[in-house]
Amino acid sequence: MTAPVQEPAADGAAQFCDQCGAPAAEPGHERCAARRTLEPPRFCPQCARRMVVQVDPFGWTARCSRHGETHS
Amino acid sequence: MAHSGTVSISTTTLSDRPGDPGRSDILAVAREQVLERGEGLTQDQVLEVLQLPDESLDDLLALAHDVRMRWCGPEVEVEGIISLKTGGCPEDCHFCSQSGLFASPVRSAWLDVPMLVEAAKQTAKTGATEFCIVAAVRGPDERLMGQVAAGVAAIKDVVDINVACSLGMLTPDQVTRLAEMGVHRYNHNLETARSYFPNVVTTHTWEERWETLRLVREAGMEVCCGGIVGMGETLEQRAEFAAQLAELTPDEVPLNFLNPRPGTPFGDLEQMSGPDALRTVAAYRLAMPRTVLRFAGGREITLGDLGARQGLLGGINAVIVGNYLTTLGRPAEADIDLLGELQMPIKALNETL
Repeated sequence: MTAPVQEPAADGAAQFCDQCGAPAAEPGHERCAARRTLEPPRFCPQCARRMVVQVDPFGWTARCSRHGETHS
Repeated sequence: MAHSGTVSISTTTLSDRPGDPGRSDILAVAREQVLERGEGLTQDQVLEVLQLPDESLDDLLALAHDVRMRWCGPEVEVEGIISLKTGGCPEDCHFCSQSGLFASPVRSAWLDVPMLVEAAKQTAKTGATEFCIVAAVRGPDERLMGQVAAGVAAIKDVVDINVACSLGMLTPDQVTRLAEMGVHRYNHNLETARSYFPNVVTTHTWEERWETLRLVREAGMEVCCGGIVGMGETLEQRAEFAAQLAELTPDEVPLNFLNPRPGTPFGDLEQMSGPDALRTVAAYRLAMPRTVLRFAGGREITLGDLGARQGLLGGINAVIVGNYLTTLGRPAEADIDLLGELQMPIKALNETL
């Protein structure tokens, strides 16, 4: 699945939904919000690239090839 | 929903209850057959249990709990699981976000040995006695076998925990090697009833999975085999699956509830209702009175935060704590604290030897 890849906003704010990869400003993220407690992020909030995600029993790490790693 | 969330352990006897006598018959039969004699329900009997109305649910769960306490005892087996190799799987299991054939957002990832050891250490700290290393593959290649050998040895060097593996279908040689590494239990799920399997997986057969399970047992490893309910199978097929598992007599049965994954063929299925999930738990306990019946994935989605309590008082005697392979669970401490509250001791390591 390829999500739209765009440059991040200058202020680094989340532009994309980390669950579905669609622009965060678009409506329809209710299901994503509900998911977030039981799902790690899958898409980089800054550029919507799919991230490499490793879940372990106690947390997760998510790596964007452009914007680096975040973790729980 | 008729079932309010808290499980009341009813002291009302079945004969006190008004209504259809046929309805309570199966519970009376199960009480005598399973609770008293330790003989699991047949496929037809399991179906009757799965067809019980919500009003009978509390009685059913109480009976399943009694059966578990009588034939397994109060101990609960606690396990942590970790994905050694995530995503990019060539198989097409329609429930799975790790198939490379679907448009799932899950990307391939490999865990290194130090991170594997760290996860095992953290798991052992919760009191867990089981740590299962999982890979999303059809079966292991040499690279994976090497990584598993290194990982199992490194864990055994520093952590006191039973190591299990789940690496797909095995050759006889691979089974032997895993047993020699000291892998004490092997997980390979049949996933669903034999009659429904072609609706779930087309890249391999139910019989191929059964063959791996046979090899695992022959090699002296414990057999862990369960599946996922709520994948569109009928109640008849859910009963069929219970009977097929009972025939296999696995040491452990992990019971998952479908958590529909975006991008997979089952991504738009409705999740199972809480009462249906609990009826399944109890029915599987009544079909397999002595097995380790483990609450696995999807319980948070189907049953919410109360699920752990309801399951543990309805036939479950093992849990996966913490996160799953690609999704998150509730914090391990929440389940450990609950076991304390329910006065259910965590099974100790040497009791499994």
